[in-house]
Amino acid sequence: MTHEQLLALLPFMLLASASLVIILMIAARLSHFAIQVAGFLFLCMTVGAMWYVRDILPREILPLFIVDGFAALFTGVIIFSVGVVGLFSYIYFEEREENPKEYYILLFLATLGAAVLTISRHFVSFFIGLEILSVSLYALIAYLRNRNNAIEAGVKYLILAALTSAFLLLGMALFYMDTGQLEFNAIGAKLSGSDAGVLYKMGIALMVVAVGFKLALVPFHLWAADVYQGAPSPVTSFIATASKAGVFAVLMRFALATNLQGSPFLMYMFSGIAIASMILGNILALRQHNIKRLLAYSSIAHFGYLIVAFLPGNTEGIQASVFYLFAYSITILSAFGIVTLLSTRMKDAEDLNLYRGLFWRKPVMAAVLAIALFSLAGIPLTAGFFAKFVVLMSGVHSDLWLPVIVLVLTSVIGLYYYLRIISTLFAQAPPHEVQPKSLHPFFYFATYATLIVLMVLICVLGIYPGPAIEGIREFLMIR
Amino acid sequence: MILIFFAAGLICWAMQLFNNSLCKWVALIASLATFILSCFAFYTFRNVAGGPGNWLVDYKIDWISSFGIQFHIALDGLSLVMLLLTSFLGVLAVLCSWTEIKERIGFYYFNLLWTLAGITGVFVAMDLFLFYFFWEVMIVPMYFLIAIWGDTNRRYASYKFFIFTQAGGLLMLLSILALYFINGSNTGTYTFDYFILKNTTLTFSAGRWIMLGFLIAFIIKLPVVPFHSWLPDAHSEAPSAGSLILAGLLLKTGAYGIIRFVITMFPENAAEISQWAMLFGVIGIIYGAMLAFAQTDLKRFIAYTSVSHMGFVLLGVFTFREMALQGVVMQMLTHGISTGALFAMAGMIKERLHTRDMSNMGGLWTGMPVMGGLALVFAMASLGLPMMGNFVAEFLILIASYEVNPALAIIASIGLVFAALYSLRMVQKVFLGPLQPSSHAKDLNGREFTILISLSIAIVILGLYPQPVLDSVKEVVQSLIQKSTPA
Repeated sequence: MTHEQLLALLPFMLLASASLVIILMIAARLSHFAIQVAGFLFLCMTVGAMWYVRDILPREILPLFIVDGFAALFTGVIIFSVGVVGLFSYIYFEEREENPKEYYILLFLATLGAAVLTISRHFVSFFIGLEILSVSLYALIAYLRNRNNAIEAGVKYLILAALTSAFLLLGMALFYMDTGQLEFNAIGAKLSGSDAGVLYKMGIALMVVAVGFKLALVPFHLWAADVYQGAPSPVTSFIATASKAGVFAVLMRFALATNLQGSPFLMYMFSGIAIASMILGNILALRQHNIKRLLAYSSIAHFGYLIVAFLPGNTEGIQASVFYLFAYSITILSAFGIVTLLSTRMKDAEDLNLYRGLFWRKPVMAAVLAIALFSLAGIPLTAGFFAKFVVLMSGVHSDLWLPVIVLVLTSVIGLYYYLRIISTLFAQAPPHEVQPKSLHPFFYFATYATLIVLMVLICVLGIYPGPAIEGIREFLMIR
Repeated sequence: MILIFFAAGLICWAMQLFNNSLCKWVALIASLATFILSCFAFYTFRNVAGGPGNWLVDYKIDWISSFGIQFHIALDGLSLVMLLLTSFLGVLAVLCSWTEIKERIGFYYFNLLWTLAGITGVFVAMDLFLFYFFWEVMIVPMYFLIAIWGDTNRRYASYKFFIFTQAGGLLMLLSILALYFINGSNTGTYTFDYFILKNTTLTFSAGRWIMLGFLIAFIIKLPVVPFHSWLPDAHSEAPSAGSLILAGLLLKTGAYGIIRFVITMFPENAAEISQWAMLFGVIGIIYGAMLAFAQTDLKRFIAYTSVSHMGFVLLGVFTFREMALQGVVMQMLTHGISTGALFAMAGMIKERLHTRDMSNMGGLWTGMPVMGGLALVFAMASLGLPMMGNFVAEFLILIASYEVNPALAIIASIGLVFAALYSLRMVQKVFLGPLQPSSHAKDLNGREFTILISLSIAIVILGLYPQPVLDSVKEVVQSLIQKSTPA
């Protein structure tokens, strides 16, 4: 392994060492606060390292990895989300759990898994990344083990994830049988000459089961609502952002390498999945009164939209999907941030009734949540609008009329439930209840500040997205 | 101007923290300032011959250059007239809500001013992306206006309003994108600029689909009969300034869109459907009038009269005659003023009697002769009596459509008879007749009198001397006609 290759891997090694350092810190009985700060520093270092090695990219580490602009972008999204999630976690776990520290080990391991997915170019690294991610998630989801829902959600996720991993392995085996290769590019090269065989198609179909499960696409979405509800709020936001970004990245890379979009059969399959996700996700969300479940269903729909950007399989599509993912992550993070802040010691703030009249009690929080919801609904002046716009643009450009029209119609359905929450926020407030004094003023304010920064980011991306788009384009050139 | 509205809106919100009455004044000053600005603009450009391609004001900067999106605004006679109306009604809307709104005043004015900003933006945007952007910007604060300060059934009404218009808007967005890519692949320049996209060559069937996308967005807004059901709900639940803006301005953006985009960009396709569109216009006239006649709720009544009047707009636009289009612009102005006035009045009555139900009113003239007199003026205006602006407008439209399709024109003029029926019924029920026990109320105060008298002066001026308006839109209309009648 050359010097440059090592350098290129530096950000990922930093991530891996972060969890080790935290284990050592726990052994040394350092406080929660110290661990939190250390974790944050590690994330900053990872980003710094990524910036530092930018010039030597792209760099292949044969046969498993490739670090390029594409990977850097997705890793950036993941690290950003984890940073915010980590910040939310402090307040959340400090109040609820007697030993909140081990949580960070798992969080960093899961991050490592997601990051490995973005750089993998080989089925082995794909599988290893996915397993690191899943195994840490089992524990993370059930972390608050005193709650009934948490255990249920954890077990549900465990069983389904294990099952889909088995599917994935079988799919890989079929690929191997067909082509004799496990590298994405080699598989693509083998296939380019001949027509795709039955084995190959079956392999893809099995792989889609695993990926679709992770992305919570219809018909593999059944876990989403329960897990979103049962998991602690910061973990839920991790699942919604970082974990999905990683899996989407590897799906994209595989598709590009093997020219997945060239095959009409697979195109139909993916459009079908996208359409089903958009319709079902939005319809199931309509009658929800639990905000975490509602966001789960809406995320199903949103990943349906994202698949629409995946369908064209060209640079424009990738750009659109990266931008979409970024905008979606910011948005959903700020929404879950509010849920985290409002949660009490015993219970997460899930019930929509808790939010009644929030605007008149806590205007800043309500404004953040309202803007996040507008962004999810795709209303102008927010990032979500522009994200939807670029997705539509790439779809229209490739003449994907059916998915695009479904996207438009279902987002009108989606409006209904977002508006319902928003009008709850602005409804007449119930009589005041006494606010328990916050225990950790520093982190309380830090979280508040982060939320405001996220809100500003949503607005800036919605009003003036030019620089962000240019940045994404530049990074994608590095390949 | 847009900046003034946006900025003032924000200031108002901030002001709320200190002093409630201060934000009223800020809002009033901001809207007066824009009114003066647009009057000034109107005065300056009065004599400028703005031919086709000769725009009065044209300003553009890059916005999101990687997609060819510009911040491009321009002003021609049509936009100018609409701006004048917007800022005029803007001032009145602020005045109108002076005492009606008692809670969360800062946020209220914030929304009010942002709606106005969005509407202003729609009238001047010359970049399709920007146009869509403003189109949405005006909806969101309007939604809040209805949802927070509305009446009992406000949530239902605000959802309905938002979802209807958003559905139309998204279809329009698809059309805009399709146009963008077709033009891009033809010429190699990807841009959302109106002036470039206007000249896109389209195959006939592609043009039809794209036009339909635009048209649906606009006729939902207008609204044309099968899509009108959001309107009575939204109007009757909104606070009176909200209804004033809805009726006076938001509906006009639909009409403006049809003139500016549908007819200009797709003349052949528009000609193809013109008969159908006129038919729907006439259906709207008659249907709206009949429903208006049957209403007992004062605000719903006014809402249905708007449906009826907007039918005239649709009828006029699709005749493709110069006279009719001038009439349409007149209709937009005068309907904005007269309906706005009626809504303001309904708001005032509601403030006094706490009901919108006409059967609980009666004999109000005894208590408030001034208001009764002014109400009679606006009722007369809305039934199209000569001397009022509405008469000029409807007259022009009917003459022109008679040339094109006599049968429809005749049916449409029956609508005028209906108009007389329902307007007089309203006046009779509310102001005449035996005095209801609940109807003791004070007459207009100075503020309300100012609102109504300025509206009635405006409408009489438009009725007696409509020439300035007709002149200023003449060039625009002529260039439209030249484009759309080569065949």
